[in-house]
Amino acid sequence: MSARDWARDLAMGTRFAFAGGREGWIRAVLTAVGVGLGVALLLITAAVPNALDERHRREQARQNFTYGQQVPEKADDTLAIADLDTEFRGRDVRGRLMEPEGPKAPLPPGVDEFPAAGTMVVSPALKELLESGEGTLLRERLPYEITGTIGEQGLIGSHELAYYAGAEGLSDRVDGSRVWRIDTFGSPDPRPGSTDPVLLLLVLVVIVVLLTPVAVFIAAAVRFGGEQRDRRLAALRLVGSDGASTRRIAAGEALAGSLLGLVLGTGFFLIGREAVASVELFGISVFPSYMNPSPLLALTVAVAVPAAAVAVTLLALRGVVIEPLGVVRAARPARRRLWWRLLLPLAGVAMLYPMIGQGREGGEFNEYLVTGGVLLLLIGVTALLPWIVEAVVARLGSGGVAWQLAVRRLQLSSGTAARMVNGVAVAVAGAIALQMLFSGVEGDYTQSTGYDVTRAQMQVRVPQGVGLAEATSTFENSKGVRTVYPLSEGYLGDASWNKGPERTAELTVGDCATLREVARMSSCRDGDVFRVSGGEYDTDTPALSKPGRKLYLEPSAMPGTKAPDLVWTVPAELKQAESVEDPTGTRRGGFLMTPGALTDDVTKALRHELYIAVDPSVPDAREYVHNTAADLDPLAEPMNWQATERSERFDSIRTGLFVGATAVLVLIGASLLVSQLEQLRERRKLLSTLVAFGTRRRTLSLSVLWQTAVPIGLGLLLASLVGMTLGAVLLRMTNTAVRIDWASVATMSGIGAGVVLVVTLLSLPPLLRMMRPDGLRTE
Amino acid sequence: MSPVPAGSLLAAQDLRKAYGPTTALDGADFSIHPGEVVAVMGPSGSGKSTLLHCLAGIVTPDSGSILYNGRELTAMSDSERSALRRSDFGFVFQFGQLVPELTCVENVALPLRLNGTRRKEAERAALTWLERLEVDDVRKKRPGEVSGGQGQRVAVARALVTGPRVLFADEPTGALDSLNGERVMELLTDAARSTNAAVVLVTHEARVAAYSDREIVVRDGRSRDMERVV
Amino acid sequence: MSIGHTLLGLLESGPRHGYDLKRAFDEKFGHDRPLHYGQVYSTMSRLLKNGLVEVDGIEAGDGPERKRYAITAAGITDVERWLATPEKPEPYLQSTLYTKVVLALLTSRDAADILDTQRSEHLRSMRILTDRKRKGDLADQLICDHALFHLEADLRWLELTAARLDKLREAVTR
Repeated sequence: MSARDWARDLAMGTRFAFAGGREGWIRAVLTAVGVGLGVALLLITAAVPNALDERHRREQARQNFTYGQQVPEKADDTLAIADLDTEFRGRDVRGRLMEPEGPKAPLPPGVDEFPAAGTMVVSPALKELLESGEGTLLRERLPYEITGTIGEQGLIGSHELAYYAGAEGLSDRVDGSRVWRIDTFGSPDPRPGSTDPVLLLLVLVVIVVLLTPVAVFIAAAVRFGGEQRDRRLAALRLVGSDGASTRRIAAGEALAGSLLGLVLGTGFFLIGREAVASVELFGISVFPSYMNPSPLLALTVAVAVPAAAVAVTLLALRGVVIEPLGVVRAARPARRRLWWRLLLPLAGVAMLYPMIGQGREGGEFNEYLVTGGVLLLLIGVTALLPWIVEAVVARLGSGGVAWQLAVRRLQLSSGTAARMVNGVAVAVAGAIALQMLFSGVEGDYTQSTGYDVTRAQMQVRVPQGVGLAEATSTFENSKGVRTVYPLSEGYLGDASWNKGPERTAELTVGDCATLREVARMSSCRDGDVFRVSGGEYDTDTPALSKPGRKLYLEPSAMPGTKAPDLVWTVPAELKQAESVEDPTGTRRGGFLMTPGALTDDVTKALRHELYIAVDPSVPDAREYVHNTAADLDPLAEPMNWQATERSERFDSIRTGLFVGATAVLVLIGASLLVSQLEQLRERRKLLSTLVAFGTRRRTLSLSVLWQTAVPIGLGLLLASLVGMTLGAVLLRMTNTAVRIDWASVATMSGIGAGVVLVVTLLSLPPLLRMMRPDGLRTE
Repeated sequence: MSPVPAGSLLAAQDLRKAYGPTTALDGADFSIHPGEVVAVMGPSGSGKSTLLHCLAGIVTPDSGSILYNGRELTAMSDSERSALRRSDFGFVFQFGQLVPELTCVENVALPLRLNGTRRKEAERAALTWLERLEVDDVRKKRPGEVSGGQGQRVAVARALVTGPRVLFADEPTGALDSLNGERVMELLTDAARSTNAAVVLVTHEARVAAYSDREIVVRDGRSRDMERVV
Repeated sequence: MSIGHTLLGLLESGPRHGYDLKRAFDEKFGHDRPLHYGQVYSTMSRLLKNGLVEVDGIEAGDGPERKRYAITAAGITDVERWLATPEKPEPYLQSTLYTKVVLALLTSRDAADILDTQRSEHLRSMRILTDRKRKGDLADQLICDHALFHLEADLRWLELTAARLDKLREAVTR
């Protein structure tokens, strides 16, 4: 057979695909939409690695710290730059304060000229936030006038909140830890980024989970041939086309749908590419321009999808004999065997099993094993479901007439019934697994801080030039603050820090009330010095706490500069204290002192930290603290010890996932409806007859409901089981505690059941219409 | 319009029914006595099936009256008519009437079960009827696995299993060859006579109509009762 | 088939000469068997004697007979009765039935009525045969079946004619 034969037959099939009246059209369009979704997802999949690479490249290009210990000398090509990163309602805000030190100072990517002191350039997302009512509190924190926006080159995501502000006097504060001096942006040693393996896992699973039901749907759509197509194919045989040629024509029909799908898919992808810009996942967003699949991959998709559609059709027609007088489906199929059906999901688990416990640090997951494993598990649903439906309906007993009609029909055509709900089951299974993974990982991403947040939830370092008492009272008067625990901290060494000490011990200074937050002591008066026992990582204290021993305080100047030694002598009277978990959740060691025990110059050299307990009844209490800190000194950035917005952020992901899964389910539901109506139409005469001899409409409607409800019930049960298994395995892989998200299991199953219910409801009016006696007319 | 003959079980007067622009019945009369077999004849498209559907309460006529056992059918609600069809009427159609998923005995038991009879009991009664119509050997088979003649006998059994007072048969032998058709007609009329059921037999075949006691002719939506003309 | 009734029926549309009657008969019914003139003459004499027709007038001319006949009221009643009486179902009935239908159409009577009446008569015979068949042995059944099939053929013809009455009316009254 020549290529011309193929081309001719495929072309003829293509024409038939759209010539089948309204129903033919609907089926072709649904197939096209399904294929289109698949294509779009594949293209996005192909584009994701590129997008992550691009993001990483841009992130490296804007780095503004030097890896060397040495801070360069001030010159006409240097820039003083300080990190002003802050957090606003759980979202990170990247902030930089800049002061060019000469005309040739380097400009950060995406910025055309240095913002003058007191002004800033912002990312579009930040601009939008600041201009909205939601950003009022943040606006107070960033008292700079907006004079421009940062170009896409300088951002790593459409949703990134970032700004560069101009400052004066910054070059005097260069310390190599928060304020830097640089002569160029970008990492001096750019390295290929390593994507967070868990993130990659998520992306892979999302794509497989969304793609598989679409594939199942396409396979089913192609097989829901319907009477009409059978008659057409038979007619073709009657006028002399041979069996192979007829098959090719049938394949052509599928090809038409998938070619249209390819066009739709490209459209969907372009829309999706833009839509990607509006999505933020785990604080990661990308620009549409990042989403470019490599041409080779795109070409592969363009060729593979139509080819797959043709292949599926030919495969589906395998059990079908097209005769001139009708289409004969291979008589009674052999009883379904269980073993190979069980093999699929088991093989899936087996592929995932070796990666269990690798977690985020355990290196990369093998992409192929992950994809293959997830795929096999999900496909396993479609393999197991027909067997389960067959096995269960064969055992279903008697009931009312509606039940009997439904069960008998299921027994006779359990395969069709299972095929109809396969897509729904796979979609639900995938969505459940994904929900579990998301909620588990999301919790993991934000909950591992270990802080005891009942006592203090924030920490602020008192800026230089601000007195501890002044700072303490400022924060105590700030809105949203309940208590402030001021503690001064430093390190003591056994030798001058210019030489480098061998043994060191922590030093914590505070009033008695505050000290009691970090250690248990029998009595405390101002002037007391305590030696703490039971601290973590504390090995040197016993050796250092000898009365009369001279200890050297760690200077606060930046490394590499010489500073005069500050010496403290261990007093004769050392009280004992036992370490307890401090507000940050650690046990301190070393020495505790009351302010009276120290000289002024030592006190000055200490870092002053304020541990702040916010008032949870005040909304946005943390934001007020941030604002107070920024007001005191822009460089004083409080640390949050817990992300309170966790659930809120998770909600948006959950919503997104629901929308995606629901969209897939609605698509499947639409095709369910079409084939349901088709089946009903074939039974029109029978329905009319049943009504003629007095069958209640309720009985018939109920039997239609049972007919879908039984397989969908079984499908959802299996889907929940597989979904939870897959979810558990994935969670084990990421080293996250396995927690079954019953809410999402229920919700996803509910959506799945809802789709079927809606389909049944929508098919009721036509059913009632078909039950009218017109069907009895014999023409 | 003629007066309703005394003692008739089911009688219709001046029935009119239109489907959109097409007039199916244009003033048709009908009456039947208990135990009587009446053939409804006429060319195709003349409205004989519509007449049967109206008489059986499947279709409501646009106007006219249908009296069954002293009750006005046109005044009854849909569910009342359904209930009447379940309890008092039986139906045999040309084809496509057996539920393909149910076995033959289950098909025959179906009307009884719709009436609330328990499964066991219904199937026992069904089996008796299958025996009577000489098709008890196919009771476990599905309609797709039996011959046309057997299937039609199963359908007759199903129509008679509830002991209907009126049996409506619309071209009951239309899909059968003459030998099978005759056998079905013999069994059908014998069974109906033995239970004193009235049979409304719609057919265009004279040889089938010859099994009736009298015939009426429907032409252009109007009926003629041949007995009263002669 | 009754020639007398047929000629009577032809006269219903108006008085005619004997020769005209023969021509009209031949045109409408005598496709394969033209009527012999002597037959017309003798038939008309009988009808005249029975008072079913009367002589409307005599014309002088070339031909042997120039009598013009007209139908009497008794004649019309006779035609009426003949048309309404179904024929005894028997083989090769078509020509009589056909004549009746055409005459009915020519005289604006209800031709469908004739057909329905005839069908009823046929069915009556078929019922008797069917009943005999049900009670009889195989020989009876076969004999009855033969008769039944013939009657059925007649009935089919009746049906077909009924379906084509409008066309036929157009053709014969043209």
